[in-house]
Amino acid sequence: MAEFNLPPNSRMKEGKTWPTPPGAKRVKRFRIYRYNPDSGENPRIDTFHIDLDACGPMVLDALIKIKNEIDSTLTFRRSCREGVCGSCAFNIDGTNTLACIKAIEDIKGDVRIFPLPHMPVIKDLVPDLSVPYAQYQLIQPWLQADTPPPAGERRQSPEERAKLDGLWECILCFCCQTSCPSYWWNGDRYLGPAVLLQAYRWIADSRDEHTGDRLDQLNDPFRVYRCHTIMNCSNTCPKHLNPGKAIAEIKTALAQRIL
Amino acid sequence: MQMRSSLGRVRGLGSAKEGVGHWWAQRVTAIALVPLAIWFVVSIISLTGATYAEYVAWIGVFGNALLMILTALVLFYHASLGMQVVIEDYVSGEGARIAVLLAVKFILYTLAASCVLAVVLVAMRS
Repeated sequence: MAEFNLPPNSRMKEGKTWPTPPGAKRVKRFRIYRYNPDSGENPRIDTFHIDLDACGPMVLDALIKIKNEIDSTLTFRRSCREGVCGSCAFNIDGTNTLACIKAIEDIKGDVRIFPLPHMPVIKDLVPDLSVPYAQYQLIQPWLQADTPPPAGERRQSPEERAKLDGLWECILCFCCQTSCPSYWWNGDRYLGPAVLLQAYRWIADSRDEHTGDRLDQLNDPFRVYRCHTIMNCSNTCPKHLNPGKAIAEIKTALAQRIL
Repeated sequence: MQMRSSLGRVRGLGSAKEGVGHWWAQRVTAIALVPLAIWFVVSIISLTGATYAEYVAWIGVFGNALLMILTALVLFYHASLGMQVVIEDYVSGEGARIAVLLAVKFILYTLAASCVLAVVLVAMRS
């Protein structure tokens, strides 16, 4: 059966509370998930008090400030700090999003930061994403064409190119992937919204000549059809893309082949 | 301990290369059930207070018997498609999943056959 009870090491306890900085006027409380598998202890929630007048506007600014000035053991991924690399995806205030483009002032009350849901945690806010990465590899995310390459580039009309809009912008942060209940229950066999959006990006590409092989790989009760149009994916996408629609397009293409 | 690579694990036994038929059938039966369900509910309401003999006579009409049988077949087929999805979602052990699937389908198909048989037997009485 689906696991309704959490494994023992999922139960969280109250962690350390760091003091309010002296003289701070605008203080925001950050409640952050901490876990170190080497310690053998259960995860804990640490509380930090941040002076917003001495901190940048985004959640990532606060995380970096905490790591630099309060607790250097806080572990998280980050790189570009402008919503392009997809590294700093966390569950912030109950929704998966990118810390670098989530403004602190948009969050009412405490800022609660957890790792992406239902993934094994390596440390603190760093999830193990090796399964989603392997699933991305499975869909062969590169151009496949048998026509020999022309002298220049493989050309596309503006209309053909327009079909990739809303797909190419995906940065593989896996916010959608880890927001999907179907992916939580059957993540070993269901490919998940991020990987399926990427799969459709190649199905929709006019230059790709292996569309049928790609659809063959997807036509499977678990790989695609675990999608039940829950739409958490499209709600949570920090880039405002629509993985739910991309999956619907894959289902439509599969149905067109048999009708 | 699992030392297999992540790619080997997610590729698993490969694509089943089916699944679209199930998905399409679920949608077609859902749409077919809209007029059938409306007809069924309207018929039952219009028969409110009817005697046993009137019910038997109603079933004896060819069109009513036909639509009753279609409603039962489409309904239980749609239910079996839907239950299959629910079971595949939530029952994760391979053996348990197949056992539950077989049991549920046996019950639903038995119910469908019972409905058809009941309509035929009652219709022949009129």
